[in-house]
Amino acid sequence: MEENNLLLQVQDLKVYFYNEEGQELKAVDGVGFYLRKGETIALVGESGCGKSVTSLAILRLVDSDGKIQGGKILLEGRDLLSLSEREMREVRGRDISMIFQEPSSALNPVYTIGDQIIEAIILHQKLSYHQARKTAEELLRLVGIPEARKRLDEYPHELSGGMKQRAMIAMALSCHPKVLIADEPTTSLDVTIQAQILELIEELQRQLNMGVILITHDLGVVAGMAERVVVMYAGKVVEEGSRWDIFHHPHHPYTWGLLHSIPRLDVKQEKLAIIPGVVPDPLNFPSGCRFRNRCPLEDEVCLTEPSREEIENQHYVYCHHHSQIEVLETRGFSQ
Amino acid sequence: MNNVPLLQVEDLKKYFPIKAGVFRRTVGWVKAVDGVSFEVFPEETLGIVGESGCGKSTLGMTVMRLYEPTAGSIFFQGEDISSLPASQLKGVRRNIQMIFQDPFTSLDPRMHIGSIVEEGMKVHRVASPPEVRRRALDLLEKVGLGAEYFSRYPHEFSGGQRQRIGIARALALNPRLVVADEPVSSLDVSVRSQILNLLKDLKREYQLTYIFISHDLAVVRQICDRVIVMYLGKVVEIADGDTFFSSPSHPYSVALTSAVPVPDPDYEVKRIILSGDVPSPINPPEGCRFHTRCPVAQEVCSQVEPALEEVGENQWAACHFPGSLSWERA
Repeated sequence: MEENNLLLQVQDLKVYFYNEEGQELKAVDGVGFYLRKGETIALVGESGCGKSVTSLAILRLVDSDGKIQGGKILLEGRDLLSLSEREMREVRGRDISMIFQEPSSALNPVYTIGDQIIEAIILHQKLSYHQARKTAEELLRLVGIPEARKRLDEYPHELSGGMKQRAMIAMALSCHPKVLIADEPTTSLDVTIQAQILELIEELQRQLNMGVILITHDLGVVAGMAERVVVMYAGKVVEEGSRWDIFHHPHHPYTWGLLHSIPRLDVKQEKLAIIPGVVPDPLNFPSGCRFRNRCPLEDEVCLTEPSREEIENQHYVYCHHHSQIEVLETRGFSQ
Repeated sequence: MNNVPLLQVEDLKKYFPIKAGVFRRTVGWVKAVDGVSFEVFPEETLGIVGESGCGKSTLGMTVMRLYEPTAGSIFFQGEDISSLPASQLKGVRRNIQMIFQDPFTSLDPRMHIGSIVEEGMKVHRVASPPEVRRRALDLLEKVGLGAEYFSRYPHEFSGGQRQRIGIARALALNPRLVVADEPVSSLDVSVRSQILNLLKDLKREYQLTYIFISHDLAVVRQICDRVIVMYLGKVVEIADGDTFFSSPSHPYSVALTSAVPVPDPDYEVKRIILSGDVPSPINPPEGCRFHTRCPVAQEVCSQVEPALEEVGENQWAACHFPGSLSWERA
């Protein structure tokens, strides 16, 4: 790994939430990964695995019930966690920006699309209103919104879901960020519109040479877009590697189960693999390996927390029994 | 599978009025379902797919008579149920049950799950109270929830477990037909496969027939024997599942299947990216409704509406140029 190519490094990040009874929810518990310049990585996992909280923590936007309790977030070597709130405001939007899952709730309904984009531009760049408006119009054109000038004066409700998502992407790109975080950017969209948006993100990334962190539960989207994949489960990273490592040689039982339980369009599967049970309650994560109560390879070793092991070049796994993963090919998840 | 259809839908229409002004006058119609015909055969799973706004859910609700049809007929086991008065619908409803998309809003939060499952059996007086209780316990067991859950309330369950409760409720009256509207869309991947396998097992055990409404083509591929594709209130293709997924005929079906991401980095189908959005069902385009977005549309497509015609074995498409668009591995 060449140091000067590193754009963002998350090290041992811990984000805990506290409920009314004062109980501690370890939503993100020691998560680490890195992003190179111009690279797309994916954070994948099911609901509650901590992927969205991780992304909010990178922007220091965790809400007031939560606290970043440890770790480092290095953007080109500078630790974002040590910045003042004022300095952080400079980073948001200019260096790192984010697009959200629900374009309808992320856009402000009482301002026009134009006003919202122009606001972001003026905040970070020394431009007059007229110059900013021109930039906004170009941005809308860049993201493929027809009749861009007219659209600037429209309100979010006048746009379709796909168009709203495009407008949000335009806003996120308004200051040429180095890192774009896309949190389930296409989950609320139809597949033909999803295809348009994914194509757009890929295209813009190439043009602008951004690093993209794609947060999603859809492994199909991941396979098509991400160069590297970080799999999360119950607030921890369980496996990390190139997309080929993850899709063709998964070494964590959770990754294996996830891949085998997704319905695929290209083959008819007689029976889908099943990961028994449900994601554990964050108040009651199992000790040791957090996946152990659903894992077919579990034994008493799993009571201690597995450490990070590099099994191939930059393919990391957190499992005591990763060498036995082939057993699953014959036996599956049935005990 | 025998050849007498269990359900036959003929030229079904469902329009919703658009009201405006002080006197709430009707100023137009949303043509959610606009002349749909199809059949469902016993013990098959028929998938209805399409993007949001295509009318697939309205179709499901209308078939159940939860919406009043605007026109057309619905034959269930040979009897036209489209014009039955509400008082006579009870007997039909016993045989057609529904599984809903959102397991959080489709269960009454003030009823414990035992009484949720028992309610239908009590309304229809199918058995004595102890028998009803025994059957409810049995059903909960079948869907993977033990007797210890009987008097718990919906909020104590996860999404996947609630969907299991919804399934038990749907099966309580021994229905012939189950309409499942996006039953797994709100669930996580690992739970989704549990529910899909459960639906498959129950179908075998109780000889059920499913209408499976979904926007997720990969799920439909795994569970459905036949597929209906809808676009803007119309059927654009009906085909046998294997035929459909190996060689879709209608250009919209081709674009739709090509756009679904496959979880394999080596799988590269050339995505056919459709331009623009789905037009509004208030003013659908003239001629073929898909012509505004169709990559192979010609002049005739904007003038003449294509009829659903047989294009191959077990495959019908409503297109002037069926098969002219295809996806290939890049």
